[in-house]
Amino acid sequence: MVSEELKEVKKDTALIENISGSEIVIRSLLAEGTNVVFGYPGGAIMPIYDALYDYQDQLEHILVRHEQGGIHAAQGFARASSKTGVVFATSGPGATNLVTGLADAMIDSTPLVCITGQVFAHLLGTDAFQETDVLNITTPVTKWNYQVTDASEIADAIAKGFYIASTGRPGPVLIDITKNAQLQKIDFEGYQPCNHIRSYKPKPTIRHEYITKAAEIINQAKKPFIVFGQGVVLGNAEKHLEHFVNKTGIPAAWTILGAGALATDHPLNVGMVGMHGNYGPNLLTNECDVLIAIGMRFDDRVTGRLDKYATNARIIHLDIDPAEIDKNVQTTVPVWGDCAETLPLLSRLVKENSHNDWLKRFYDCTKQEIEKVIKPEMHPENDVLTMAEVINILNELTNGDAVIVSDVGQHQMVACRYAKLNTSRCNITSGGLGTMGFGLPAAIGAKYGAPDKHVVAVIGDGGIQMTIQEFGTIMQFGAAVKILILNNQFLGMVRQWQQLFHDKRYSFVNITSPDYVTVAKGYGIEGRSISQREQLKESLQTMLNHDGAYLLEVMVGKENNVFPMVPQGRGVSEIVLAANEI
Amino acid sequence: MKKEFTITVYTENQIGLLNRVAIIFSRRKINIDSLNVSPSEIEGIHRFTILINETEEVVRKLCRQIEKQIGVLKAYFNLDSEIIWQELALYKVPTEVIQEKAYVERLLREHGASVVVLRKDYTVFEVVGQRQETDKLVEVLQPYGLIEFVRSARIAIIKDSKGFNQKLREFEYREPGEEVIENEYLNQQKEVFTY
Repeated sequence: MVSEELKEVKKDTALIENISGSEIVIRSLLAEGTNVVFGYPGGAIMPIYDALYDYQDQLEHILVRHEQGGIHAAQGFARASSKTGVVFATSGPGATNLVTGLADAMIDSTPLVCITGQVFAHLLGTDAFQETDVLNITTPVTKWNYQVTDASEIADAIAKGFYIASTGRPGPVLIDITKNAQLQKIDFEGYQPCNHIRSYKPKPTIRHEYITKAAEIINQAKKPFIVFGQGVVLGNAEKHLEHFVNKTGIPAAWTILGAGALATDHPLNVGMVGMHGNYGPNLLTNECDVLIAIGMRFDDRVTGRLDKYATNARIIHLDIDPAEIDKNVQTTVPVWGDCAETLPLLSRLVKENSHNDWLKRFYDCTKQEIEKVIKPEMHPENDVLTMAEVINILNELTNGDAVIVSDVGQHQMVACRYAKLNTSRCNITSGGLGTMGFGLPAAIGAKYGAPDKHVVAVIGDGGIQMTIQEFGTIMQFGAAVKILILNNQFLGMVRQWQQLFHDKRYSFVNITSPDYVTVAKGYGIEGRSISQREQLKESLQTMLNHDGAYLLEVMVGKENNVFPMVPQGRGVSEIVLAANEI
Repeated sequence: MKKEFTITVYTENQIGLLNRVAIIFSRRKINIDSLNVSPSEIEGIHRFTILINETEEVVRKLCRQIEKQIGVLKAYFNLDSEIIWQELALYKVPTEVIQEKAYVERLLREHGASVVVLRKDYTVFEVVGQRQETDKLVEVLQPYGLIEFVRSARIAIIKDSKGFNQKLREFEYREPGEEVIENEYLNQQKEVFTY
């Protein structure tokens, strides 16, 4: 007869399994709820891929064509789904190919856990084959990174990695695992998620006196103005923002990464701020008496010249990252904390209000912008297609429910300015780093993050050629991404600057393109190229209706410019509507 | 206006953290005048003492960036008036000079130098003090054949630092510091089978 006590011991020991570090990696990811990984195998990560072989039915692996594609896909996945993106790469070149994506995720606060293989621990520092000092290379572009040399550390490192990546101001984490640790077998007692690190405070303590002070200032304001950024999206605070905006009646503008956090057709949504933002929100920034910045970081592309920014305003800055307070713009009242918590507190204290005369000023500016920019862009008088009319018709067909992933350049500005967005997480673009080549792989990831939505990748003829190899990923795994190439036969944004600021000296901006339809065909992706206005609607509809990935190339005007524009080095109220005003 | 600031950073004892802290300065092209890393009164918690010459605004922003790093518990910045600070300097001088010239010995005594090593060929003195004092002695000894001079980084105690000690103890109580796993495999290179 076995005693109850011994039975318990027997049960406990049964829970302890002797498994490899590699299997612990996979089990840990599954325990964190990961169901898709973007990666590329290689020598130093082979044990992890060997373990993955047994878990293919639980953990989907998307074999990308380049590690940069892998990490951008993980970014797109994270941004569309609000989950943490996971990447596998091998040591050396595999890891260094992640650097651009890490920098992008760092500056755009995207939660990622990247797992890289590393040479055996005893070879570290010996210039071994495919050895590179990944930790030191990635330190400035990761929220946290760590090297594991013993299997016993793996589960804890991954737990810590997920906790750090996804909490507070999110960011990328890199865990470098030496091959010996992947192969080593240890007794594994199960995965423990991490929920506390003593030297990491994800959210600053909310200071109620600041909230009270902020509410007082808002209640007294005559011309208050809200600028919101991605913090609202990351904090899942869209509803709180809408409530706050509705209650106070304050006109609200967005940064490029905040797009969609408040529906674009909301009456108090007055448009985008920044270098190519809308006329009103830029011009009137210098007229507002209180600027309420919510989850944004006063990037130089938003503020223009700092000493000419918000010159008449007291600044209330809501941010989860204390290092952002006073970094660029001196704050009157810092409201530290997650805006999902601070916005409701603030909403409670502000009075119901409306600012119709002030709001009308924005609408008047919109009228001017429509007259001078939007109308000619949307309904050109000649036969040459514009990027804006393509986006306009896309809006009509998707009704603002598609996920728009853009690359970097003129088409990005046009897509963000004109896309109709009903909900959050529908505008995915490389904001802070401005990474050309981001669009296509990010769209692939976004499709895995939002499988029920149309994912339209709007890309220029420059950016598409930077990561065009990811057509192969689409071919193999069937991500139904709609690739919309807006081809102006130039590196358009650089050309625009050369035209405006370098006496039209077009230095290496005329880029040639392959026959994209044929290239796509080679990868088994259907496609079409158009250049006539009457083909536009029907071809966009075909693209959306097509079962699977589809490529549509639209030949647009070669030398169109994006306006309005706040020229570099000028203040936001010096925004111009046309080239002759510069 | 730029002033001398002493930044005190309390951190976990983790490999790579020094780099994370250092690149916050180098990224902004700010020179570190001196840097010292030492244990603190709490086991497992390290203390960086960093000396820079910058404006208060810049230093405040730097400290926020430092505190943002995972593994950093707290960063303080102080003016010289708010701290008690010392540096250690060592001087190597030919012994014969001291033997022959009595006033050299007197000079050394005046500067508070004490002998660390006395040999036939040379003598090593040490001075504990502040920058001006240790610099002055270099000047004084230069004509007498100063062979070698070295000065340590600044270390400093914050006059008003009682509060953080209490916090550190609380941290320690809640969660003892992790042990750093160093790369023990490096010592066994020959014994480990390579695939």
